[in-house]
Amino acid sequence: MHPEPRPSIALQDLRNRIHQLEIGGRRTVRVLPFGISEVDGRLPGGGLALGAVHEVAEGGDLGVIHAAAATLFAAGILARMTGPVLWCLRASDLYAPALCQVGLDPNRVIYAEAPDEKTLPLLVEEGLRHRGLTAVVGELAKLPMVASRRMQIAAEHSGVTAIILRRWRSPAAASAEIGQPTAAVTRWRVSALPSSPLPAPGIGRRRWRVELVRCRGGVAGEWDIEGCDEEGRLGLPAHLADGSASRQGTLIEGTARAVGLRFGT
Amino acid sequence: MGSGSALEADEPADKPFVVASTGAQRVITAVDVAAHRLGLRRGIPLAHARAMVPDLTVADADPDSDAEGLHRLALWALRYSPMVAVDPPDGLWIDITGASHLLGGERPLLDDLIRRLAAMGVTARAAIAGTPGAANALARFGHRPVSVIDDGLEVVSALPVAALRLGSEMTVELRRLGFETIGDLEATPRAPLAHRFGTLPGRRLDQVFGRVAEPIMPVVPVETVQARRSLVEPISTAEALQAVIAALVQDLCGQLEQHGLGARTLDLLWHRVDGTMQAIRVGTAKPVRAAPHLTRLLVERIDSVDPGFGIEIAILTATLAEPLSAEEVGRLVAGETDPGTFDEVATIAGLVDVLGNRIGHDRVFRCAPVESDVPERSVTRIPALAPPVPAGWPSKWPRPGRLLTPPEPIETMALMPDHPPMAFTWRGVRRLIKRADGPERIHGEWWRRDREMAAARDYYAVEDHTGERFWLYRSWEGSPDTGPMRWFIHGLFG
Repeated sequence: MHPEPRPSIALQDLRNRIHQLEIGGRRTVRVLPFGISEVDGRLPGGGLALGAVHEVAEGGDLGVIHAAAATLFAAGILARMTGPVLWCLRASDLYAPALCQVGLDPNRVIYAEAPDEKTLPLLVEEGLRHRGLTAVVGELAKLPMVASRRMQIAAEHSGVTAIILRRWRSPAAASAEIGQPTAAVTRWRVSALPSSPLPAPGIGRRRWRVELVRCRGGVAGEWDIEGCDEEGRLGLPAHLADGSASRQGTLIEGTARAVGLRFGT
Repeated sequence: MGSGSALEADEPADKPFVVASTGAQRVITAVDVAAHRLGLRRGIPLAHARAMVPDLTVADADPDSDAEGLHRLALWALRYSPMVAVDPPDGLWIDITGASHLLGGERPLLDDLIRRLAAMGVTARAAIAGTPGAANALARFGHRPVSVIDDGLEVVSALPVAALRLGSEMTVELRRLGFETIGDLEATPRAPLAHRFGTLPGRRLDQVFGRVAEPIMPVVPVETVQARRSLVEPISTAEALQAVIAALVQDLCGQLEQHGLGARTLDLLWHRVDGTMQAIRVGTAKPVRAAPHLTRLLVERIDSVDPGFGIEIAILTATLAEPLSAEEVGRLVAGETDPGTFDEVATIAGLVDVLGNRIGHDRVFRCAPVESDVPERSVTRIPALAPPVPAGWPSKWPRPGRLLTPPEPIETMALMPDHPPMAFTWRGVRRLIKRADGPERIHGEWWRRDREMAAARDYYAVEDHTGERFWLYRSWEGSPDTGPMRWFIHGLFG
């Protein structure tokens, strides 16, 4: 896709009407902005669409297996929402303290550990049908078109957001599948970059190359971004930042999800 | 499955102890380990046994109490499956079809069963097989005290004919004719066999090998909340089953309300027209009295029911019921709604139960902090519906998103002590370290194990030339300054 000049009014109207059909007649699309105008500007609605399926993969040979940066990218998004989250996984290498450090309260996260690979998408779908949740994360290797379509429909109906973290057993398996079409509305690729330089020896704030590989109704893009801070916000590196980058990523149309989670008595 | 009779004697364990029948000719009905070691067996006349072992302690058999005890044991075994039947005089049958996944599989279920029985002082032999007859035979005559037969019943063929439950007279007669094993009997033509022994041997063979069904009569716990529907016409479609479930749950919830209880475990038994039964078991994380919630859990499992030629009776039992939590009672007192009427779909408890029944309740959890500096010990799993924990892990040091369990050894090139290495090789890839933070020293927890007394780890966060960030540590065994040290990678930051 290419960045386009301003479309004509008629064309815009047509797009809106098609869009209305696509989202099943709901008036507005709720979005969660990243708080970085360069990124939000490429996304339809000005942020990550809620009630939709998003795919996040990680680049690099280590990334496709462990997806450590992609995990934090996803956790940062969740941290900026409120309400309970279902995290469906199979490998048990996720380290909860790290999620906590990017602002995701451990009380908000329910983990579901699938006994086998084929159960995993079913768990994700079950979670997506459940309006009490805010979001569902699924650590999947395979995401067939049919499964992703089912997830997308479930997400649209319930308003629950899905983040599919792609994790493969090997780089070979990843390259075989990475290009396959899915019904996800966006596909992201996150890769680690050398951290922001510090005046003293040591590791600065983590930095990622964030690529918006595919985006339905939006424009692909690629940015070098500072990774999640302790509240899950991304940042532009200082030398690139303009005024808008410091804006915080808060929920537009803030009435969206007021469901709080309270466990126990 | 077979289980030995429980012994409740105060005698010292090393003194041989037997139980003998009462009456004119006393025969041993049970022996303890010491007596077994001395060669005493069930069926030996007591007079004979006394001659063999003079200082024998004998108790009178009490078959009625034994039967009662067996029944109690059967009720206890309902924890494993809704279908438990007594197999007198000394055995239980547990139909674990569709119930084993809740305990992580067949083998873990069996191990758990044996362990709990042992804790109660009951020695048992157990077997899992495709048919009740085969399980019965293996538990009593198999080589190993605990066995799981996955497929094929060939192993049963090698068992003695006594394993067929034909009664001692017929067994003796068969052995006199040269039939030693079940396989021998299976290989012989049926007609002459039936002519001499009646239909029983043939039927038992068919039951063992699964050619005809062997209905078992499950025990029903008394004082439980139960709803029952006898159907005029046998039903078999999923829609019909669903309608029956809805009606049963409605009944059951009414009764639960009268008792002030909520269900934790529900068993639904379907009696089929051919005399066999199918069972569904679901569990909940908290006591529940919400009809839509319970209906949904049961309907989810309809797939596992094979209605055969039709179902004529359905019985729904709240096998485990507990008082409702204070929160739910509070909701009742405060207001308008019974827990059965609020929007159950929107509660997290509903989701947790659906997921738990599908993948096992211990696989749905939350993570909570534990006070431990050792990274792999600082996280514990708590039930998904546990009360909120005070947030967070105290450490200000960054923690990796992915933790390797166990930590993997790496080859390093370390030039200076107390510094991170210059480069390391992990999984065959050599990485140059450009930046590093550390060390963060973590000491062993000597109060857990003596070996950790002198152990310590120095953690470094390092970044290689491509920007990948890793969590490495140097492990000290012995004094931090003199002992041997090795390097490990423990996590990836991303």
